[in-house]
Amino acid sequence: MAQAAIELIGINKSFGTVQANRDINLVIERGTIRGIVGENGAGKSTLMSILYGFYQADSGDIKVDGKPVSIKTPNDAIALGIGMVHQHFMLVQNFTVIENVILGAESEALLNKSIAKARSELERLEREYGLEVDPDAVIEELPVGLQQRVEILKALYRGAEILILDEPTGVLTPAEADHLFRILEQLKQQGKTIVLITHKLREIMAITDTVSVMRQGTIVATRETAKTTVEELAELMVGRRVLLQVDKGEPRPAEVKLSVKDLTVKDSRGVTMVDNVSFDVRAGEIVGIAGVAGNGQSELIEAISGIRRAVSGNVMLDGKPIDVTGVCDPGELRERGLAHVPEDRHHVGLVLAFEENENSILGYHDQPKYLKGPFLDIDAIRNDAREKIEKFDIRPGDCRLRTANFSGGNQQKIVLAREMEQNPEVLVVGQPTRGVDVGAIEFIHKQLIAMRDRGKAVLLISVELDEIRSLSDRILVMFDGRIVGERGPEATEGELGLLMAGVEQQEAAE
Amino acid sequence: MEFVDTVINILNSTIRVSVPLLLACLAGLYSERSGVFDIGLEGKMLAGAFAGAAAAAVFQSAWIGLGIGMLISVMLSLVHGFASITHRGNQIVSGVAINFIAAGSTIILGQAWFNQGGRTPSLPPEARFGSIELPGADALRDVPVIGQLYSGLLSGHSLLAYVAFLAVPFTWWVLFRTRFGLRLRAVGENPAAVDTAGISVAWLRYRAVICTGVLTGVAGCYMALSQNAGFVKDMTAGRGYIALAALIFAKWKPVPAMFACLLFGFLDALSIRLQGTPLPLIGRVPVQLMQALPYILTVILLAGFIGKAIPPRAGGVPYVKER
Repeated sequence: MAQAAIELIGINKSFGTVQANRDINLVIERGTIRGIVGENGAGKSTLMSILYGFYQADSGDIKVDGKPVSIKTPNDAIALGIGMVHQHFMLVQNFTVIENVILGAESEALLNKSIAKARSELERLEREYGLEVDPDAVIEELPVGLQQRVEILKALYRGAEILILDEPTGVLTPAEADHLFRILEQLKQQGKTIVLITHKLREIMAITDTVSVMRQGTIVATRETAKTTVEELAELMVGRRVLLQVDKGEPRPAEVKLSVKDLTVKDSRGVTMVDNVSFDVRAGEIVGIAGVAGNGQSELIEAISGIRRAVSGNVMLDGKPIDVTGVCDPGELRERGLAHVPEDRHHVGLVLAFEENENSILGYHDQPKYLKGPFLDIDAIRNDAREKIEKFDIRPGDCRLRTANFSGGNQQKIVLAREMEQNPEVLVVGQPTRGVDVGAIEFIHKQLIAMRDRGKAVLLISVELDEIRSLSDRILVMFDGRIVGERGPEATEGELGLLMAGVEQQEAAE
Repeated sequence: MEFVDTVINILNSTIRVSVPLLLACLAGLYSERSGVFDIGLEGKMLAGAFAGAAAAAVFQSAWIGLGIGMLISVMLSLVHGFASITHRGNQIVSGVAINFIAAGSTIILGQAWFNQGGRTPSLPPEARFGSIELPGADALRDVPVIGQLYSGLLSGHSLLAYVAFLAVPFTWWVLFRTRFGLRLRAVGENPAAVDTAGISVAWLRYRAVICTGVLTGVAGCYMALSQNAGFVKDMTAGRGYIALAALIFAKWKPVPAMFACLLFGFLDALSIRLQGTPLPLIGRVPVQLMQALPYILTVILLAGFIGKAIPPRAGGVPYVKER
């Protein structure tokens, strides 16, 4: 067995009454890629933050290269050769690449000298690891994949031998993710130790040597990746058997419920984000829109649901037009039977400071059943909220709790319960399972299928290709504001991936 | 000839009026670039002016006055730092509180110590920063235009005025050419990036507000020890706010900040000059309108002519380590 790069012995950490890490013992061998999987809140990030000196463990020991160490600040971790690539990049957006790389590791008090030294070091790292990036480019003008590369360069520049990556592929396209994996593979060849935190089981299988599963603050199992399966890992994560692929019957599409014709939408900068898009969604089917984030999907559903004004085009709901180019009131659309689960539940879907029951009727609060004369009928609202909590298994089951205190998955369930329980004819749903645990994903998927089977029309937008493929009856692929292809649910990931990258289109143009 | 004199006169008073604005504006730049919004520039200037004038009167020394003025101003900025950095309070509330403390306490202390209705005693020349004649200014006085500009415009200002204008390239150099400047700009944009790079966010921001305190102290002392011969109640008269406007106008950059302050100073100087003078075509303009001119133009400029001013991204937001 290879020598241990990191040993964690008996790590405990509590935040208030919540025990985030409980008696963690973990040995990571040098020169390997270790995956750490677990649901949100399982304690993965806390554990890695302890290793990186962001938090202090309440008890326990850490050994690096067999020597006991004390890591009190990120500085200590950096000195020990531990580098971290955070889920939300720790980059200064309006700085250049090189300024970001040297920040905190400047060799001199004057910048010119520090930058000159860093430049040659960066060139060496680029050559050695194939991490090309223009050192003078400004971060905010770089695509996310390159921004992530800068994060990796930052760690390597500081002499990292052990690299921790927290949910690194969350923001990447499949192609960018593959490229990242190649870089990680190369880093491994050079003897670096890599720890990959993720909740995506597919990438664990693709890249890691061993994998540890965390559940409720403890490590429940460590497996050699080659000797385990996705199903086994999912079961270990959730603690019960999970259906990764939802069973669904044949669709029975009926009349057109939502019809979009020649829709064009511009964003606030005046850039055309949706370009002449047309499609129909029928009762009893789920239409999925696949695409890399930022190719116009967000603007498309915002225009359909009345949040963003379109430049031109027609949208018909149940045969009657929606005034998408004029003033189009989302409240009116709700009354007409179009419900919308927004992509960003924190900014658009929920008021986090409100109690759960208030959020569970938000937007429908002027319906007579929630009113007593001019006032809100608090009892009716709370009873209604309790019913939804019961039905959607929202935890904790307290309708008076502030919404901010629910986990991401449960917040999503609050939004879904609110919109679905109004029994709309058309449901427009964006990223239904973003940041949601495996167990809750299964539940949400079942609910969406159930809606379809009740003869409702569902328009699904998601950057998770797996989700699109397992739920949709028809798949539309969006690239650069246009719908570049339609496929059935049997389409392969590779085929869709090429469409999402606009490859077929470019070939056609040549 | 008379026209040239008039122009030089107006430009000369432009410089004099601009100096406190410029110092306060650069002061605000350090703090706000580090992510700490500071609406309390006004109060710190006022306190610095009072402390400087009081100390200069007691010790009969301009230099002791300047030192004490800076000290008091720095102490107030540390109060702002303690509230907004250590205790993560609301930066606007803390800044406004400092303005009130300064406005009230300068009058009360002034009355208690000197019994002159809130004024400090009038300062003799040796307790002030007098004007400095640049070498050869006298000899060149009669050379047309160039000589006049040199002796009438560049020469004859107080030491603190020269300091203020030298502080512009110095601030630029600190901000864009030193490690401290890089970190200062970074902490105002993304403190989490600074924290994970192993640098203390709080200590960086404290150093920034100390710079602010030093400069507002100098600004106050310029007003009390150079422009005037002592402290007068409410003598800063809103200059701290105008400096803040200039800072936004200049998009938080040092050299544009200088030009913004000169512009505001010019409008101020012009309004003084034009008081009571009938204008061609318009005739006599009410004094009040002339006095309001700089402020009206400020509003217009800020409302429409500078494009979008993007403040430091983390400005106004206390840094909390996320879980």
